[in-house]
Amino acid sequence: MSRTVDKLVMMANQIGKFFVPQRDGDPVAAIADHLQKFWDPRMRAGIIAHLAAGGAGLDGPVREAVGRLKKPSA
Amino acid sequence: MSLVQEIDYGTPASKSTQTVTLTIDGNPVTVSAGTSIMRAAMDAGIQVPKLCATDSVDAFGSCRLCLVEIAGRAGTPASCTTPVAAGMVVSTQTERLKQVRKGVMELYISDHPLDCLTCAANGDCELQDMAGAVGLRDVRYGYEGENHLKLEKDESNPYFTFDASKCIVCSRCVRACEEVQGTFALTIQGRGFDSKVSAGAFGDDFLSSECVSCGACVQACPTATLSEKSLIEIGQPEHSVVTTCAYCGVGCSFKAEMRGEELVRMVPYKEGKANHGHSCVKGRFAWGYANHKERILKPMIRESIEQPWREVSWQVAIDRVASEFKRLQGKHGRLAIGGITSSRCTNEETYLVQKLVRGGFGNNNVDTCARVCHSPTGYGLKTTFGTSAGTQDFDSVDQSDVIMVIGANPTDAHPVFASRMKKRLRAGAKLIVIDPRRTDIVRMPHIEADYHLPLRPGTNAAILNALAHTIVTEGLVDEAFVREFCDRDAFEHWASFVSEPQNSPETVGLVAGVSPAAIRGAARLYATGGNGAIYYGLGVTEHSQGTTAVMALANLAMATGNLGKRGVGVNPLRGQNNVQGACDMGSFPHELTGYRHISDDATRTMFEKLWGRPLDAEPGLRIPNMFDAAIDGTFKGLYVQGEDILQSDPNTEHVVRALAAMECVVVQDLFLNETANYAHVFLPGSTFLEKDGTFTNAERRINRVRKVMTPKNGMADWEITLAIAKAMGFEMPYSHPSEIMDEIAKLTPTFAGVSYELLDKEGSVQWPCNEKAPLGTPIMHIGGFARGKGNFMITEYVPTDERTGPRFPLLLTTGRILSQYNVGAQTRRTDNVVWHQEDVLEIHPHDAEQRGIRDGDWVKLDSRAGGTALHARITDRVAPGVVYTTFHHPDTQANVVTTEYSDWATNCPEYKVTAVQVSPSNGPSEWQKEYAEQADHSRRIATKVAAE
Repeated sequence: MSRTVDKLVMMANQIGKFFVPQRDGDPVAAIADHLQKFWDPRMRAGIIAHLAAGGAGLDGPVREAVGRLKKPSA
Repeated sequence: MSLVQEIDYGTPASKSTQTVTLTIDGNPVTVSAGTSIMRAAMDAGIQVPKLCATDSVDAFGSCRLCLVEIAGRAGTPASCTTPVAAGMVVSTQTERLKQVRKGVMELYISDHPLDCLTCAANGDCELQDMAGAVGLRDVRYGYEGENHLKLEKDESNPYFTFDASKCIVCSRCVRACEEVQGTFALTIQGRGFDSKVSAGAFGDDFLSSECVSCGACVQACPTATLSEKSLIEIGQPEHSVVTTCAYCGVGCSFKAEMRGEELVRMVPYKEGKANHGHSCVKGRFAWGYANHKERILKPMIRESIEQPWREVSWQVAIDRVASEFKRLQGKHGRLAIGGITSSRCTNEETYLVQKLVRGGFGNNNVDTCARVCHSPTGYGLKTTFGTSAGTQDFDSVDQSDVIMVIGANPTDAHPVFASRMKKRLRAGAKLIVIDPRRTDIVRMPHIEADYHLPLRPGTNAAILNALAHTIVTEGLVDEAFVREFCDRDAFEHWASFVSEPQNSPETVGLVAGVSPAAIRGAARLYATGGNGAIYYGLGVTEHSQGTTAVMALANLAMATGNLGKRGVGVNPLRGQNNVQGACDMGSFPHELTGYRHISDDATRTMFEKLWGRPLDAEPGLRIPNMFDAAIDGTFKGLYVQGEDILQSDPNTEHVVRALAAMECVVVQDLFLNETANYAHVFLPGSTFLEKDGTFTNAERRINRVRKVMTPKNGMADWEITLAIAKAMGFEMPYSHPSEIMDEIAKLTPTFAGVSYELLDKEGSVQWPCNEKAPLGTPIMHIGGFARGKGNFMITEYVPTDERTGPRFPLLLTTGRILSQYNVGAQTRRTDNVVWHQEDVLEIHPHDAEQRGIRDGDWVKLDSRAGGTALHARITDRVAPGVVYTTFHHPDTQANVVTTEYSDWATNCPEYKVTAVQVSPSNGPSEWQKEYAEQADHSRRIATKVAAE
């Protein structure tokens, strides 16, 4: 993995570690929503491409959340 | 224009709500109970002569000049120490009083130099005024006897002199140091005729004493004994303008006292609602950078960073910016450029930069330096309370019973507010400090923390959960508050979570290195000690769990009902002057002004209609993401206004690589800062003295910044942004910053009522300021939260990925020092350097001994990111295993060592936790030498003017 992808994976997993322990709502939806709202299109495109290539390193709920992201148009 | 004159009422105002009516010189006067006769007289426009009294300190009653006669009472009591009483009949001018006062003045003048014509205070001397007021015409005692006229002047302080020969020993300076500043550096030494004001212990002068140069003593002095050196050099000012300090987030109001366009001195403004007439060494004295020889006043360009700069006209520089940015977007796409706003700039300036990026660049790649300090505050408090800001005004601290200071060092970083806090602590409020270092406030004159939890860096969330565990499991929750104001389900989930064994003080204590008993004690005190107020700083936010910790603080306040009234709250102490404002103004890439997400169609449409431009609904890049994208080759151009990202952002080598990878970096600043070493266009900026605008301080207070001199660079910063926008084809037609604020008010519900007219009338207002709150909102969330019900969040402790190990066994944490500000670009170019000439590394004696390091030795500081070298200071302020340094000097570049780990929600860097090794060294590292060489090379300016 490139350094940038490594970083995206680490950041996405960090987000997952916050939302997974929350006890109401769907943590996967919350992770996806956070990525959608705070990551610029090229970052989202990067993590989506990484998932398409196998998604090595992504924690389970994060992998699922990335899977729910729409491919950015830009 | 004239000098802004402020009335000195002689004694502080009474806080009583009861009133008393009395008669003074035949006039009926009604005042608050407890008011002094002197103040009541002044209220009625009657000036009682005085010397030792001033309304910033309690009455003292030593000068015997303010004597009055009271019908039915014997003697001549001092009006400053005698409170009013109902029906009292007071005479301030009688033959007897005249004789007594004249006699007192004769004694003073018999031991005072008669050099009024050449004295710096000529025209502004209370002693001179009083001599006139009592009709002193001769001094019967002569001048031949023993006196103090030959005492030496203490000129050790760079900003003011102490001329003991002019001192009347009124103790105003001593009392100001104690009561206003709370430092207790001054005292009266000796007895009787030998009494004299002394700074520190025997043999100390002002510089070597504990004096922190706040200027309170100079302000209080009624003679020329304590005088600003600038006043001595220039002379008395002839006009003044009220403006706002451009240093920390306290946002002190000052009178800029001028002679023509020359600044004579900055005097703290009593009517300033953030500072009430107090100041610190930075705002009061450290403004010399505005005229520093290194200030750049002409625009410059160059094709590559290898070339020297060439001075060009504004038109050429602006055209270069526009043509380069257009070229880069043409070649690499719309998202290839962006901008960074600064918390050092005004609201209007930051608003314009984000407008330029969104409307002119056509993307949302705009961010602010608040990214690297308080972005977790915005996210955390919005999620829990519904508003991205602190809850109180500064005055609220006067009603606090328990003060929790976590991850903040207010006596260094927010000194004027710290003085208010210290005053409350001296009056009996309890103190909890949570900080890896033993900061000054833990133990200082008349203050000692009830609990200091010296936690291991990186364990804030764990400690806060342990406090919550104690509160919940010991039944200390304010059930009524939670029931009425908070989301019940969220509370139940949270209470169940914090009650789990992994959050007990006994378990957390092992992780955080803090005694469980101290954690429990602190929790009980906060929950049961009365009004509990939390004040926090970057020691909370600059962590990989920064946002989690902010939420954990909000949880604690909600659980204990410490919100929605005076004396309580969750209060972020913002680092720079306009951190709050920069965030409010839509500087973050994902949101428009007032914290509304860019994807919200209704909000975006409103902006699109007013700006006449389509806006992108996608969030843009945050600062750390910009660096990564630059290294990846997708981000090519950057406009940086008033921010030095190379020195202030983490992992300097990474930032260098990012900047070097860009094709057009535009820096707008006062000086060729470190970022400018990698810039292609330099646009000279203007100082806060040269512009109109507003700053919003840490208590959401919007304060006016007023222009006191013409911009030395020829353009105010807001005008530069307009010029770039125009060249990019995006006209922004404003003729004055007030019109920019009008637009902000039109687009932002929390600012709807704000205008320059209102600010000029009210002095300042705190947002929300709108139809519901036409004069602003000092205290938030009264009777309910902005979001509806308060939202408890689960704040599970997740250890940072930055771990110590055999190679890097120590933890580095960074911070600030009183005399320096942020990257030091301003304060390093003032005489403040006498207090802090370099960044040093604090290391515990045990760690130093293990490494063979002596105090003052050069040491290497290495982390996984990089290394630097600096001098060691051995101290037990830091715990074993922890080292500390500041980041004010580019020669050291503390951020060479810090890493790119960041907060999960906001990417705020984890400055406060870096695994490091410290070892002996012979001097600066190779990296430092190479960096200095590159910087010198890059700062060359060609002497020949360019042909363009």
